[in-house]
Amino acid sequence: MTGVRVAGVGLTPFGEHAGRTGRDLFAEAALSALDDAGVPSEDVEHLNYGNFMGALAERQGHQAPIMAEAAGLGCAATRYEEACASAGVAVREAVRAVRSGEADVLVAGGQERMTNLSTAEVTESLAVAADELFEVRAGVTFPGAYALMARAYFEAYGGSREDLAEIAVKNHANAVPNEYAQYQREITVERALDSPEVASPLHLFDACPITDGASAVVLVSEEYATERNLDAPVAITGTGQGGDRAALQDRAHMARTPAAADAAAEAYADAGVAADAVEVAEVHDCFTIAEVLATESLGLFEPGEGIGAARRGDTARDGDVPVNLSGGLKAKGHPVGATGGSQIAEMTRLLRGDHPNSDAVTDATVGVTHNAGGTVASAVVHVLEVAR
Amino acid sequence: MSDDKPDAPANAGYDEWADALAEGGYYVECANGHGSLPPRRVCPECGSRELSAAPLPETGEVATFSEVHVAPSGFGEEPPYVTAIAEFGAVRLTGIVRGPSDRDIEVGAPVRADVADNEATGDRLVVFRPV
Repeated sequence: MTGVRVAGVGLTPFGEHAGRTGRDLFAEAALSALDDAGVPSEDVEHLNYGNFMGALAERQGHQAPIMAEAAGLGCAATRYEEACASAGVAVREAVRAVRSGEADVLVAGGQERMTNLSTAEVTESLAVAADELFEVRAGVTFPGAYALMARAYFEAYGGSREDLAEIAVKNHANAVPNEYAQYQREITVERALDSPEVASPLHLFDACPITDGASAVVLVSEEYATERNLDAPVAITGTGQGGDRAALQDRAHMARTPAAADAAAEAYADAGVAADAVEVAEVHDCFTIAEVLATESLGLFEPGEGIGAARRGDTARDGDVPVNLSGGLKAKGHPVGATGGSQIAEMTRLLRGDHPNSDAVTDATVGVTHNAGGTVASAVVHVLEVAR
Repeated sequence: MSDDKPDAPANAGYDEWADALAEGGYYVECANGHGSLPPRRVCPECGSRELSAAPLPETGEVATFSEVHVAPSGFGEEPPYVTAIAEFGAVRLTGIVRGPSDRDIEVGAPVRADVADNEATGDRLVVFRPV
């Protein structure tokens, strides 16, 4: 089985791109990834493209060939959709294509346009990721679903809104130097606590923003990287995916995300590493409570211990395992279908040393990314390693 | 309900299940005692295809809840409203808490399941009435 290298990464700034089309956003990210890789576009054999709500936001289905065309790729393209884990799945399938020997060069990533809709329309569009019959009809929104999980977590293990606010404060601080982040500004615990309630017990500053943006990575086989003498020190050494019952009501435990634990176990075994080898993580913090559930599922903390991690400093930039040095979804932004690719791009930059926060992880060789769909009915975990 | 909107998709299995909540309700029980909600052809827990209807316990217990302040567009229910997940024996249901004390709901509170019309969408609405 051949190894898979990240040859190049590309991102648009995350935020509000008023008036820009989704295809223009993706083209920017893909061209920047190809330039970063030094790979000619004619070598790309397939585009794996993640997108969630484009049929609602831009009334555009069948987006993959449109994106390939916009990026100047003459190859075939496939859209992957697993809600907020869409691009994570797109990356995973690209890894599998290289490993199987089917292809040597793929572009994977995603795009989402969201700010052209009103908040109520975005709320309605995101709710499509929940179970229509058993959740959406009962008024479950995306914040509402994570609020139900947050309260279930507090009931099972304890924890407080202050603990959650510490996560938001940490991720905002991490986003300050990140040129791609939507919110390059710090917040305080007091400000987070005083923000308006969205869905109790979660408040506005527990939630990621509404974001436009795109991500792309160029994945190549080790053989291709060697032949072309590419500077591609970061490898994707592990990939895993997990699934669960779609509706929160049907989960064995509403304060845990076993799909992510399954994805992590598969990715760790694939890479031949244990959870305690992980030195840096980018996780799917669409809400502050989601970072807690993610770090526990990744095995970085025992169930019930993740809630206090940011408060204790364990996940801070100078902690044992820095989490979301990019700013995370919370502060960097969450263009839903692009997020999984953005995590790979940010982890690659962190490990190869050209991220503004790389100085926090100069000795790290093993990083992990965690991308979740819905209330984690889908989860994708990747292990990235760098040769130092 | 859906009679007023002939073009609305019918959800056979689900619609009958929701309507039955007015008279106590039922859930799907497999040969191994796992509970699930219709439509079902196979138990999602164990794969058993021997399914039958079992009566829903008269009261459930709130497992988690949230007061939602931002509703999806066109949902109909005026925010803030309280969405809860309540445990009824072998199954959990998700619904909107309706009643004089819906703002004082707590985890562990007993509720009765019922069905109402969502006039904005024409859909059935599962509701929990505190008891």
